[in-house]
Amino acid sequence: MSHERRWPNIGPSRVPYWVYSDPDLYALEQQRIFQGPNWSYVALEAEIPNPGDFKRTFVGDKSVVVIRAKDGGVTVVENRCAHRGLQFCQTHLGHADEIMCPYHQWTYDLDGNCTAVPFRRGVKRQGGMPADFDLAEHGLRRLSVARRHGVVFASFADALETFEEYLSPPILELFDRVFDGRGLKVLGYSRQLIPANWKLMFENIKDPYHASILHVFLLSFGLNRVDQPNRIVIDPKGRHASTMTWRGEQKRTDDNADMRSLIEDLTLNDPSMLDPVREYPQYTVCMTTLWPNLILQQQSNTIATRQIITKGPNAFELAWTFFGYAGDDEAMTKRRLRQANLMGPSGFVSIDDSEAMAMAQQGIAPAPEGAAVVELDGRSWRQEEAHGVTESQIRAFYDYYRRVMEL
Amino acid sequence: MSARLRALQHRELRADLDALYADYTACLDEERFEDWPGFFTEPCLYKIVPRENFERGLPLATWLCESKGYLQDRVVAIRKTLLFAPRRIRRMVSGLRIIGWDGDALETRASYAAFETLTDETTRVFNVGAYRDKIVDEAGALKFREKICVFDSLLVPNSLIYPL
Repeated sequence: MSHERRWPNIGPSRVPYWVYSDPDLYALEQQRIFQGPNWSYVALEAEIPNPGDFKRTFVGDKSVVVIRAKDGGVTVVENRCAHRGLQFCQTHLGHADEIMCPYHQWTYDLDGNCTAVPFRRGVKRQGGMPADFDLAEHGLRRLSVARRHGVVFASFADALETFEEYLSPPILELFDRVFDGRGLKVLGYSRQLIPANWKLMFENIKDPYHASILHVFLLSFGLNRVDQPNRIVIDPKGRHASTMTWRGEQKRTDDNADMRSLIEDLTLNDPSMLDPVREYPQYTVCMTTLWPNLILQQQSNTIATRQIITKGPNAFELAWTFFGYAGDDEAMTKRRLRQANLMGPSGFVSIDDSEAMAMAQQGIAPAPEGAAVVELDGRSWRQEEAHGVTESQIRAFYDYYRRVMEL
Repeated sequence: MSARLRALQHRELRADLDALYADYTACLDEERFEDWPGFFTEPCLYKIVPRENFERGLPLATWLCESKGYLQDRVVAIRKTLLFAPRRIRRMVSGLRIIGWDGDALETRASYAAFETLTDETTRVFNVGAYRDKIVDEAGALKFREKICVFDSLLVPNSLIYPL
């Protein structure tokens, strides 16, 4: 460590650059955040509809397997054999009646209980496990599980608040806006490896400032701009947040004079890509960030979970699951698939973000002595804002982060 | 539309196809993106799809273009609206096979590999997969009616900006 880990005195309106690259801090984040008392997103129940269906994913650095149990419940186990530690599951999605590690065929049921150990009694009275070897002590590590309206969250902690308490009422209301209890239908996946620290992804979504400057596509078509009505909600602890906006018009006004990149005559050769229908009340866009690993995207008719999977201090995987509702007609599915062109590793909008995050990491990583300035709209934060000309969500995030990390 | 195509002898057909793929990749490698929609019919279907979606029958594409207009909109984005670090992408196509006919369209398969060179990095393998194409004859020229790029490397290194 070539720098002193001290937060600038000014508070959360400065973010010291060592938080994005320090390997010791990264190891501590794994312990306190990803293995700590937090609900991490792991799956949609629609991905594992039948008993024995499983999905392999990650909570922080650790691989986990989300399994539909025989009784219809959901079990989440660490993807690590209790014997010698093999990561036994190697496929994203699949089906199995039991779990068997390929190395020595230790076998587990769908709840993670160890059911068989070869040569446990030895061969011809030789070898075998000690007489007091108890299968019950050698199950897979099970995670706590929370489910709400078809979405599965897990935690390595045993005792933690309910998912509903964890979200807080104002954020829960916005979660339920998309996940209202209707059945979901998975449309597909996108995965990208972004060469930047995982916290930059949260900052990007918690930052309505950049959306009106960077995203020529969004701002020219009036999909998301600060001169349109905005609403920001932050949970009482500062760890989750939502930004909501209403679609505006493609025209220059006094209010968007600073948006130099707005192209008034930008048109689509095929306008069918942007043919949204009103699906939810009030806002046309609602982007929610849930500590510690989820972005819930509702941009017109594209709805997706973006799961952050850490890959060391300088990279993360962004795993996108696009979905619709089980009752969608063909036209709605088509609409969601077309609008998906805006998002993902080839998104008309999100390419700007992944590229900007990579450039940020390039500037930040060699400069642990520097600090980001996060002062748009003040140096503190409030739970509710009626405009988007603010970086308050980022300040709230680091307020909470500092408490968790004791920085 | 494709009577000429059907009448071609196998060797001539192979030569025409080899030229089509060489012209196509050269157009993209040389970043003449404005010429790229000209390789397609109207309407057309161009998709880049991760193998996991393709094999499971999940409809989401990483890129979805359903007309020449869509292709042109991608070019406008590259030229006018997107922010991205400078890069070069070079494409190699090999193992071109003729699978058969779908109506008047010739079905082909080929492997492709795309290599990416960024400013401060050595060249890396960027995206590898298979083309699943449908080709027709349009006024004496071969055009793609459908081009589906199914990629093996599910994790995209950051952004996929230029066509494959």
